[in-house]
Amino acid sequence: MTTKFFGEPVRRREDARLIVGQGRYLDDIGSGAYEAAFVRSPYAHARVLDIDVSAAMGVEGLLAIYTYEDLTGPLAEPLPVLIPHPQLTSPRTGYPLVKAVAQHVGEPIVMVVATDRYIAEDAAGLIEVSYEELPVVVGVDAAEAAERTVHDDVPDNVAARHHQETGDVEAALAASAHTLSFTQYFERSASMPMEGKGVHARWDDADSSLRVYSSTQASTSVRAAIAAKLELSMEKVEVIAPDVGGGFGVKIVHPWPEELLVPMAARLLGHEVKWTEDRREHFISSAHERQQRQEITVGYDDDGRITALDVLVWHDNGAYTPYGIIVPINTATQLCGPYDIPVYRARVNSVYTNTVIVTPYRGAGRPQGTFAMERTMDRIAQERGIDRALVRERNLIQPDQFPYDWGLTFQDGRPLIYDSGDYPAMMAKLKVLVDWDGFAERRAAAEARGKLLGIGMAPYVEGTGPGPYEGAHVQVLGSGKVLVSTGLTSQGQGHETVFAQLAASELGVPLEDVEVTTGDTRRFGYAVGTFASRAAVVSGNAVALAARGVKEKALRIAAEVLEADPADLEIDEGLVQVKGTPGASIPLRTVAVLSNPLRYAFDEAARQATQFAGPGDDSKPPVAVGDAPGLEHTDYYSPLRSTFASGAHAVVVEIDPATWEIAIEQYAVVHDCGTIINPMIVEGQVHGGVAQGVGGALYERMAYDRDGQLTNASFMDFLMPYASEVPDVDIDHQSTPSPLNALGIKGAGEAGVIPGSAAIASAIEDAVGRRIAAMPISPTELYDLVRSDAERVTNSSPHDSGAMA
Amino acid sequence: MKPAPFGYADPTSVDEALDVLTAEGEGAKVLAGGQSLLPLLSMRLAAPTTLVDINRVPGLDQISAGRDGVRVGALVRHAELLASAEAAGVQPLLGRATANVAHPAIRNRGTTVGSIAHADPSGEMTAVLALTDGSVTVATPGGRETIGWGDFFLGPLETSVHGPAVVLDAFFPALPERSGTAFAEIARRKGDYAVCGAGVVVTLDADRRVSSARAAYLSVGLVPAVHDLTDAVVGQPVDSADWTAAGELARGLVDPDGDLHASADYRRLLVATLTARTLADAGAEALARMETA
Repeated sequence: MTTKFFGEPVRRREDARLIVGQGRYLDDIGSGAYEAAFVRSPYAHARVLDIDVSAAMGVEGLLAIYTYEDLTGPLAEPLPVLIPHPQLTSPRTGYPLVKAVAQHVGEPIVMVVATDRYIAEDAAGLIEVSYEELPVVVGVDAAEAAERTVHDDVPDNVAARHHQETGDVEAALAASAHTLSFTQYFERSASMPMEGKGVHARWDDADSSLRVYSSTQASTSVRAAIAAKLELSMEKVEVIAPDVGGGFGVKIVHPWPEELLVPMAARLLGHEVKWTEDRREHFISSAHERQQRQEITVGYDDDGRITALDVLVWHDNGAYTPYGIIVPINTATQLCGPYDIPVYRARVNSVYTNTVIVTPYRGAGRPQGTFAMERTMDRIAQERGIDRALVRERNLIQPDQFPYDWGLTFQDGRPLIYDSGDYPAMMAKLKVLVDWDGFAERRAAAEARGKLLGIGMAPYVEGTGPGPYEGAHVQVLGSGKVLVSTGLTSQGQGHETVFAQLAASELGVPLEDVEVTTGDTRRFGYAVGTFASRAAVVSGNAVALAARGVKEKALRIAAEVLEADPADLEIDEGLVQVKGTPGASIPLRTVAVLSNPLRYAFDEAARQATQFAGPGDDSKPPVAVGDAPGLEHTDYYSPLRSTFASGAHAVVVEIDPATWEIAIEQYAVVHDCGTIINPMIVEGQVHGGVAQGVGGALYERMAYDRDGQLTNASFMDFLMPYASEVPDVDIDHQSTPSPLNALGIKGAGEAGVIPGSAAIASAIEDAVGRRIAAMPISPTELYDLVRSDAERVTNSSPHDSGAMA
Repeated sequence: MKPAPFGYADPTSVDEALDVLTAEGEGAKVLAGGQSLLPLLSMRLAAPTTLVDINRVPGLDQISAGRDGVRVGALVRHAELLASAEAAGVQPLLGRATANVAHPAIRNRGTTVGSIAHADPSGEMTAVLALTDGSVTVATPGGRETIGWGDFFLGPLETSVHGPAVVLDAFFPALPERSGTAFAEIARRKGDYAVCGAGVVVTLDADRRVSSARAAYLSVGLVPAVHDLTDAVVGQPVDSADWTAAGELARGLVDPDGDLHASADYRRLLVATLTARTLADAGAEALARMETA
């Protein structure tokens, strides 16, 4: 294939539209729609005793009020457990509207539909719900203690015990020269896309069909869920993800209650209905992630080589488990990162709390796992007096160990086998990029300015591109335009650009001739969704395969016209030509016209394909047996298993001991996502990930009080970093192609966020000389830490421990 | 996040505004820049019956800088005050403080007087009004009166003005001779409400010794307050004054609260640090002004 566009830093084609306000987001759709608002539980755990709507009934413009009692058929059943797992022994999900007991602040109880959102909120404010408050469980420690329960029928609050091991860890620990045990905490944050969720539905009464727009990461599955819950036939439901203002995981969960209730109301009212989530709703009724308590025991030898690792994690899954135990599995299976650990055991207990549900947020359990692993490495280095980089290097999986089979099962149900990588080279690049070995001088210079400088590093491995499959449809029109469609959705990643690059490269057409559509079930009905850094890997390979199929057909048709062997033909700049014979050519658009024999000449191009236009071959039917009209092809890519990207971050922090402000002086990233389709887009993904990593490490937390109230549910008090808080990122690429797919690519979407907290914790600990055992950390907490009796920590410099190498 | 229904009036004179406020009673609220009020409406934390939008009232958008001080009209935006060289020439704290007010978009709409009338102890301009010993002019149906800052601020988001009233302007007295100022904030993110902020004025005697050092803080205490730190540094040559001692004195004087973003202890630390830093800058500026005078 030509590499004309593949691998080039092509500018994002979607940006012009999105940046100047010409994006079409959910709330841009349906200006005449009725609008919905919800009465949501003000209590973290409460039984609904009575709902009195009488005061609201007089509000002018009110159209409907729905409670659980109004739900019928499958809508009145619990929401689905999307990803069941044998170890998820006590799955629980809510109802679209609370049936009896609200399990977290923000759970929807009443839906109000009115002529606009203002009136809907006016009416919602007049609905009186009486409650019996129930005991509240907040935080993993309270959940484990189980003195109070979230669900009556889950007395220990444990939804799942996810256990995996590669050998007899207790024996291996007993045989280890040294062991260490410690406990640490990781806080909640959330995806927090700029655009919250939103749903618009239009019922066509004559056709008995439903069109739904949803700000989702999984339109095909939302469609299936709506069809099932509303008892509609699939072909009567179409779901479209319009421009989506960010997802980061929260929009992969489905069906959200609103994705069912808005279509239900549209059908009942015979009118368009819309709901646009506001920011407070997003905080209290979408999804969060990341809170864990980690109890770690590690065995290692004199040189700091790990001999056994045993991890017990208490994972807060919030009030329900609609997305199964994907996050716990990711923590358990991705924790070991790039290290060769002979015996490993992970036990993750996933527990219920009366808080917003926990589902994947960019990184999805891996930031916590990396935090566990990397803090372990730092401790071993400190115990043995070895440079932190060196202790990591001694434990790395070596290039000749691939494929590296862990003997564990990954989140896609497939064996956890690292396909390829070169971790030693990656670490070597990182040390150069951040000048690890020259840090002592920088630290001394900062000290002279009265500042504390610290450095930390954290590598990681990320399983990306899981199946089961994605597909793509590629079609060349008579105008020469090339339509590419894939079912997974886009939330700003640059899919329009990279899928166009793939199709244009395969087909040999100008990039501007290619149009890409994603997430529209009218165009492509089979898809899984956008998550787990899988779009480029899975849809990307499907687009390439589909384009290849189109090319094959184009060459076959052109070969007949040009009286040449298809093997002698090539396509360049949209022209099919005989290699080395200038002039012997036919435009691809003409091939497209010829591919569809016509009776009717509705335009000039069509005339060329009509029955009297050319000589033709009377001995054959116009469309050969087994062939089909049109220059198009649909193909699918189903990966054997996930492919494993890797990276390593290093960070230098500067701390002002007079204010304990933490500034990031340098942030360095080495990143390996196999073959790169577009380095500019990969770097953009890394930048965005780093921004969220910094946010999770230094700014963001979900401040639940003991009553289960989220006390910082606004952008004033939930601190996402601004551009002014996000550091410049020094990036170096490494490319270790995946042997698992034809393009050699691995996913890049989540990578940047994964090691942020681990690396930053290490750097702060290095700067202040006190143990960091919980993240995030803010200046006020750092001030408390340095005045506390927290363990004092000393790191060895590379020069101290070099002799032990 | 949509406001409850409210009435709207857009008077074209102060008297007309007072008439509407009188007619509507307690439920009426004055709208100027709206940067604090409108979010409260959207979150339904406030539900005034009528918004009295004073943006069409002529004459309230003036900055007048005179020898005695700077008068800032009720419709002057933070951005306009920030850009006013005349205002900064008379009272440098105005420019220094407004530069710390939120972000440009908010400074373009939000008004300095509105921020003072909102009486948020986290606000920059409340502290500056106090530190400069400023006052506000309030129009009521009974006439106009000048209220000193100490009588104006009663509590968080609470002033002494009740009933129908429009704050017409704020007056910031000029910086005294042989004086310098400084202003600094520590915020979790650039442009956020300060976790702690400090504005200071240092005045020297003719021998370049400190004769006065005063400070006002943001997000420390329920109402703006001015702390006299002179005792720690009085009579000391400005270039070797013990500003750290003044910071420690301040640390002992303040009584901040803790919240999600900062403990009370941490705020005290910041008071000490910011005080020492800003006093040193203000002292250096006072000296420089003396030398160029």
